[in-house]
Amino acid sequence: MPGFAAAQRERDCRQMMFRAFLIKFAEIGVKGNNRDLFEAALAQQIKYALRRCEGEFAIRRSRGRIYIDALSDYDYDELVDSLRTVCGISGICPMVQTEDEGIEKLCSDAVSYVDSHYPDKHFTFKVNARRARKDYPLDSMEINALVGEKVLDAFPDIRVDVHKPDVLLSIEIREKIYIYSIEIPGPGGMPVGTNGKAMLLLSGGIDSPVAGYMVAKRGVKIDAVYFHAPPYTSERAKQKVVDLARLVARYSGPVYLHVINFTEIQLAIYEKCPHDELTIIMRRYMMRIAEAIAKKTECLGLVTGESIGQVASQTMQSLAVTNEVCGMPVYRPCIGLDKQEIVTIAEKIGTYETSILPFEDCCTIFVAKHPVTRPNLNVIKRHEERLADCIGEMLERALETEEVIVAQV
Amino acid sequence: MECYLDNSATTKCLDCVADLMAGIMREDYGNPSSLHRKGVQAEGYLRYAKDVIAKNLKVEPKEIFFTSGGTESDNLALRGAAYANCRRGRHLITTQIEHPAVLQTMQYLQEQGYEVTYLPVDENGRVSLADLESAMRPDTILVSVMHTNNEIGSLQPIAQIGDFLAHRYPDVLFHVDAVQGYGKFHIYPRRMHIDMLSVSAHKIHGPKGVGFLYVGQRVKIRPILFGGGQQQNLRSGTENVPGIAGMAKAVEEIYRDLDADVVRLYALRRMLAEGVQRIGGVRVNGLPGQESAPHVLSVSFEGVRSEVLLHALEERGIFVSAGSACASNHPDTAGSATLRAIGLPKQLLSSTIRFSLSVFTTEEEIRYTLQALEELVPMLRRYTRRR
Repeated sequence: MPGFAAAQRERDCRQMMFRAFLIKFAEIGVKGNNRDLFEAALAQQIKYALRRCEGEFAIRRSRGRIYIDALSDYDYDELVDSLRTVCGISGICPMVQTEDEGIEKLCSDAVSYVDSHYPDKHFTFKVNARRARKDYPLDSMEINALVGEKVLDAFPDIRVDVHKPDVLLSIEIREKIYIYSIEIPGPGGMPVGTNGKAMLLLSGGIDSPVAGYMVAKRGVKIDAVYFHAPPYTSERAKQKVVDLARLVARYSGPVYLHVINFTEIQLAIYEKCPHDELTIIMRRYMMRIAEAIAKKTECLGLVTGESIGQVASQTMQSLAVTNEVCGMPVYRPCIGLDKQEIVTIAEKIGTYETSILPFEDCCTIFVAKHPVTRPNLNVIKRHEERLADCIGEMLERALETEEVIVAQV
Repeated sequence: MECYLDNSATTKCLDCVADLMAGIMREDYGNPSSLHRKGVQAEGYLRYAKDVIAKNLKVEPKEIFFTSGGTESDNLALRGAAYANCRRGRHLITTQIEHPAVLQTMQYLQEQGYEVTYLPVDENGRVSLADLESAMRPDTILVSVMHTNNEIGSLQPIAQIGDFLAHRYPDVLFHVDAVQGYGKFHIYPRRMHIDMLSVSAHKIHGPKGVGFLYVGQRVKIRPILFGGGQQQNLRSGTENVPGIAGMAKAVEEIYRDLDADVVRLYALRRMLAEGVQRIGGVRVNGLPGQESAPHVLSVSFEGVRSEVLLHALEERGIFVSAGSACASNHPDTAGSATLRAIGLPKQLLSSTIRFSLSVFTTEEEIRYTLQALEELVPMLRRYTRRR
């Protein structure tokens, strides 16, 4: 496993060398007048993520960039792992920081940087200098030329390519001098809190945590609702959902998880409505309850993990029937994804292993052998009327007895 | 005055740990595998414990496996890894100064057809990287080195060994017996490239009969106990819920102000070391200061039988150990393996006392102990010098 060892070695030397990080952000740069707002939100989220890391850090915003300085010893892997959960970050560039001791020193620092980071010298490169401090004696073009020349002199195998370099060697002249060339990808998107709040219907499956993550990535704060059906679903199933909410919370910040006791309603439907329509009617009531909580908690929309045609209750007809009960917009970020695509994201964000733990959830119990795949709205409505005498009270009771769990990292 | 200076043998269980455990035994006595709420409650303690320990080591909770203590952790790590990797090779490397839990297991594996190289140590009880390098073979599958020696407190270059193995022999597993080092040092297996780490709770003011083994995700080992398939099938047997929760509580407590506590421990250790040297005819084993563990001090008193001194100190309420408590179960191997390995002169082997401190040891206790030694050692020498 030579690759493994090389990766380890690379990581070790980074830990010692990098004292500062440049944070590149995804779409904030294009947000006209609101830009400052977005940057401030991102800095806030970074601060929140750094809370979990050992060591002291300072976050600086300067000229449309965000920098993190390590003020003490820190754990490189831990820091990078935390930053990779901050929505809005597109890239994390670990920077080597040196004192400004003249251009000679700068060139030799650049040469030793290249030497230690790229053991194999067969690549093309380009120098990209930036002067934030305009009183520096050379301009950026001159710095590019000088550093480039010194690197070429030192390593005969390296070639210059100004159009498509393998390595973009960046040099920043500020109070200190920063050299970097590595960019670790972040999740992208926008900082959480810049786009309001949404209520996620979290089931314990693979799709709903992914849906939550995808919406959080667009800057939306997430609350969640889970339908618990004791004794048909166990405490462990609930614990699993809390765990999933906690995993989503790494990206979205603290998640208020509303646990609703759904047993009574589910049994009433089972008793009074046609068996093959159970799931679809159940989902309509779930949506109604979720919307009621969403309104109460000032959410601007609902989020589900539905994907067209995945199961009977997610055909176009079924989705239309379920959607009918909501006045609020329902966001379905997984709608066009195949199962495998959803699984890939779940693995990336670390929810997959928890999602596949084998506990019953309230969608799988009582399920009919052949549920309807093309429900008719009028028929469903007529059958729902059979619940008219009791459902009002039951909904009220379900909302009154909700349990709220704060899931956070 | 009672002065317990045998903390490397075991430590006093913290009150808050004992309270937590008593509560669990009385109220939350469920089996964590039970489906009902009692079971879920009990399982909650296991989750809490895994979270606390994983956070402390900066690893994933699923990489923590609970055992009955250091000995079982060592057995599981060594035998489990040896069996799982026997097709790749049958050569193991360890040191001459390991705890019997490692040494005896290695001997057992030798009987099973494995080959074992025992690395020597220098006079201060440290292995050298050069020796390890030359001991490596193409069929080496595992290296096991202790973090802190239990008899003289010497520290092994764990990070360097981990580094060396990760870069040069990434397929060779690295096991570290950290029974004496955990709770005194911050140990981060990922950063040090440790694949398996053994820890015992009762050395860090937790309960006896419980410990854990960290097993990195990429490491495949085989179980040594078979049964109900608990703990991802690696360690069957109903989990010792009160013990495990108590251990986690102890970890939280001990690591809370660890850095300050360790500074204080080093000061006490230095005070004790300087004090005994004033007596004369005394040799302090191992390196001074931060080159050794903060809590173990091994001292050889020329012309004094350690057992006699031990009992004389005991009369004054001072509890120490001759060599180590675990070595005293192997009377056939005259003197301890560690003391012989560091080349201690023969006549000093049975004249060596181990003082081991805890974060609760006070300056007062050290002063009291030194005073007792100043009186007892010359007196005992008078009666044993004549031959």
